[in-house]
Amino acid sequence: MENLIALLIAAPLLGAAVLLVGGRRLDAVGHWLGTLLAAVSFVIGLVLFAGLLGRGADDRTVTQHLFSWIPVAGFQADVTFRLDQLSMTFVLLITGVGSLIHLYSVGYMEHDERRRRFFGYLNLFLAAMLLLVLADNYLLLYVGWEGVGLASYLLIGFWQHKPSAATAAKKAFLVNRVGDVGLSIAIMLMFTTFGTFAFGPVLDQVGDTSEGRLTAIGLMLLLAACGKSAQVPLQSWLGDAMEGPTPVSALIHAATMVTAGVYLIVRSGALFDAAPDAQLAVTVVGAVTLLFGAIVGCAKDDIKKALAGSTMSQIGYMVLAAGLGPIGYAFAIMHLVTHGFFKAGLFLGAGSVMHGMNDEVDMRAYGGLRKYMPVTFVTFGLGYLAIIGFPGLSGFFSKDKIIEAAFAKGGTEGWILGGAALLGAAITAFYMTRVMLMTFFGEERWRHRTTPEGTPHPHESPKVMTIPMIVLAVGSVFGGAFFSVGDRFLHWLEPVTGHSEGHPPVGAATVTAATLVCLVIGVAVAWAQYGRKPVPAVAPRGSLLTRAARRDLLQDDFNHVVLVRGGEHLTRSLVYVDHHLVDGAVGGTAAAMGGLSARLRRVQNGFARSYAVSMFGGAALLIAATLLMRAV
Amino acid sequence: MNPVNYLYLAAVLFTIGATGVLIRRNAIVLFMCIELMLNACNLAFVAFSRMHGNLDGQIIAFFTMVVAAAEVVVGLAIIVSLFRTRHSASVDDASLMKL
Amino acid sequence: MTAQLAAYTTSTGEAVQFWILGTIAVIGALCTVFLKKAVHAALSLAGTMIVLAVFYLANGAYFLGIVQIVVYTGAIMMLFLFVVMLVGVTAADSLKETIKGQRWLAALCGLGFGVLLLAGIANASLKDFAGTGRANANGNVAGLASVIFTKYVYAFELTGALLITAAVGAMVLTHRERTERARTQRELSERRVREGTYVPPLPAPGVYARHNAVDIAGLLPDGTPSELTVNRTLRERGQIRDVSAEALSDLKALERRAAERLERPQIPATFKRTEEASQ
Repeated sequence: MENLIALLIAAPLLGAAVLLVGGRRLDAVGHWLGTLLAAVSFVIGLVLFAGLLGRGADDRTVTQHLFSWIPVAGFQADVTFRLDQLSMTFVLLITGVGSLIHLYSVGYMEHDERRRRFFGYLNLFLAAMLLLVLADNYLLLYVGWEGVGLASYLLIGFWQHKPSAATAAKKAFLVNRVGDVGLSIAIMLMFTTFGTFAFGPVLDQVGDTSEGRLTAIGLMLLLAACGKSAQVPLQSWLGDAMEGPTPVSALIHAATMVTAGVYLIVRSGALFDAAPDAQLAVTVVGAVTLLFGAIVGCAKDDIKKALAGSTMSQIGYMVLAAGLGPIGYAFAIMHLVTHGFFKAGLFLGAGSVMHGMNDEVDMRAYGGLRKYMPVTFVTFGLGYLAIIGFPGLSGFFSKDKIIEAAFAKGGTEGWILGGAALLGAAITAFYMTRVMLMTFFGEERWRHRTTPEGTPHPHESPKVMTIPMIVLAVGSVFGGAFFSVGDRFLHWLEPVTGHSEGHPPVGAATVTAATLVCLVIGVAVAWAQYGRKPVPAVAPRGSLLTRAARRDLLQDDFNHVVLVRGGEHLTRSLVYVDHHLVDGAVGGTAAAMGGLSARLRRVQNGFARSYAVSMFGGAALLIAATLLMRAV
Repeated sequence: MNPVNYLYLAAVLFTIGATGVLIRRNAIVLFMCIELMLNACNLAFVAFSRMHGNLDGQIIAFFTMVVAAAEVVVGLAIIVSLFRTRHSASVDDASLMKL
Repeated sequence: MTAQLAAYTTSTGEAVQFWILGTIAVIGALCTVFLKKAVHAALSLAGTMIVLAVFYLANGAYFLGIVQIVVYTGAIMMLFLFVVMLVGVTAADSLKETIKGQRWLAALCGLGFGVLLLAGIANASLKDFAGTGRANANGNVAGLASVIFTKYVYAFELTGALLITAAVGAMVLTHRERTERARTQRELSERRVREGTYVPPLPAPGVYARHNAVDIAGLLPDGTPSELTVNRTLRERGQIRDVSAEALSDLKALERRAAERLERPQIPATFKRTEEASQ
């Protein structure tokens, strides 16, 4: 069965190659080909999953050595794939949700003349992400990591004719580069520390390594995770990435890209466990991001950007959980999977709404859409309930576990982290209810809006789009319960991530109750503000916090002032140094040589007698030398 | 008198000839100065021959004379053809370099 | 006089000869370098060479001494003189230096070289003089011949080849192939008429029957010298002697004296020399 692992990646990679190289001949069938190959990958994933289930719990790590990649003395890098429970979970999520998004895109991108290319990029995205999660060493993981960055760049900037999309793609790429530097430094550190970067040997040797080294590696890995998973302080690209087509957003937020950071941290769990400082940094980043994203999500009127804030916040939960150590790894992954379902559903729903509203994204121009697009309303509503953690739906189980684990961290940290997670839950309930109310309930504000294509005529999307939404909604509803019954998911992952029961200072029931109270408060406040009162068509000025949140809590301004401005000054001074010092030295040397040559040239005056003087003088010197040698 | 004086004389003549090569511009005079230098060498060789009591020095001087004769023939031919084309026997005029 | 002393001293006669002739040789060499005219330099060099020939004889190199006189002074130096004549015997070489600093550098190098060379000779331990008596026991020429045709026979053959090559080379250098038929006198005169250049015979050089040398240009009616009257080779060498100024001043003096004797006012010059008129 291990021979199948490479096929997982090969299928979408083949699709990308064929679609991108094939040219216009494939325009008619390209989208179906892409979808088919994604589905093939999913089917292979299922076969492998069945194969893994057939083995014992401790025998579920399968490796496939494909070829030796860089065989240099003292430096061995292989293309080896490692399929274990963690990778398997990701593979199923990526290929499953990815296939659904492919299917959805067939409808969504129907009128785009570059659809074939779009599917090529989607396949490339899947292949890169699969390579990332299946790699057996950090170097190969890095290849996938960069591949994901490339694919996201291509997809975010897919509508490159829009300057905003091109800029957003560039921004995503650049911010990701910062994180990538972290990963490459981490890999270098690993190589100097352990002499290898295969997962197994690295994580086995953690115990014999100084904590300082491990902390450095851990912090670098965290930086990498921040870049890919849009965690503070590298989160600024995520909001702008909404410039891409909606399926891309769904893919980035649910199945690929942002989950890579969480995967990296969980995969390196043993390393983080041995470096408590790095682990603490992870939890802090997670906690800050979950509040940051939630606050940003509250203020956005753009439905996709509100959802982007929500993603940031949910990934914050996962990173927080991953930072908690063995008590949180499994829950981080579980939340990742459930989030994959409902966030993909929410994005596809949002895409469906936009599809029916002439690509309008401003929620203040929506309202009362539930009558016009019932399927979208129901699936989006189920996703909504799942994300706010409505009891019994998938978000409830996974998020509740994370909050419990945060409290179980113990001490002041536990209270702070738990409190933040609880507060985040309340805010999540608020902004998601706001999105729900503004979109599907209330006055039909779109009747007063005219888009360039006239007043929109809201309508339900075609089946090819609604079917994936329905499937995802089912996952959103039952996923959490399915995973949690008898701690199935926990036992499944335990051989890889390990697990230790936390001992929260308060009982699990209390935490659940507090979460529910927060949920109710959030929903109630949102209802009071957006359900009872009509939503103003133009956004009110709002409080200072609202205004700041609308501008992504001044993240871009901060970046501009600190990084861009500083960079400009640095560049200018470097240019000055280059012009005056470096060029001066080079130019001065050249001028000195030129002047010297011009003077020396006069010696070559073409007069034979002048040359004869030199010869004669030379002969005199020879005699002098001879005499001197004799004298000595 | 010590026969070494012949060597001193040869050295003086050689130096005068060499200096003449450096300061005269007329190719013919220049050639004469070279002949002077050759003759100074010949004198030295003859003196050495006496010093060592064998004839090798005289042989060398003899060969020098032959070579000098050949050299003069070719050199004067060059001067004549140079004069024909340039109407001047100055060695400086042969320099076409910019300064 | 002990044997050892005899090894490195010479007879008083030779010493006297050395000091007198050596002085003459150095003076001749200096004249070669510093005299303006090439012909003077050549003669000075010939003198030096004869002195050197005497020194060769004094050193026991009888053959070389004679060869020096016959071949060097007699043949080579005469070849020099021949070329000097060809190039222009009176053409004085300007001693004005054209290369900046050349003369100073030459003087400095010459002085340094000479001092170093003399110091080198003085430094060498040249005490032991074997003398050529034994080597010349069978006669100098026979001794030389026995060495040349045994030990140095290849070098000797090579010098023969060198001389042949030099002779051929000199011929190649100076020979000019005539590529077209020489024009007859008739053709030349026809061409002069056709081209409208100077048709009649060229005027003869010489002035007032006082100067009839070929290098003195005849004077035109206005007193200016006519270069047409002088041979083209001399013209190109710049060897025209201009006596017009002398002739004119003579004429002026004659007229003044005539006027004084006849006690009549001086005739204003009805014509002036062209240069004066143009000034």
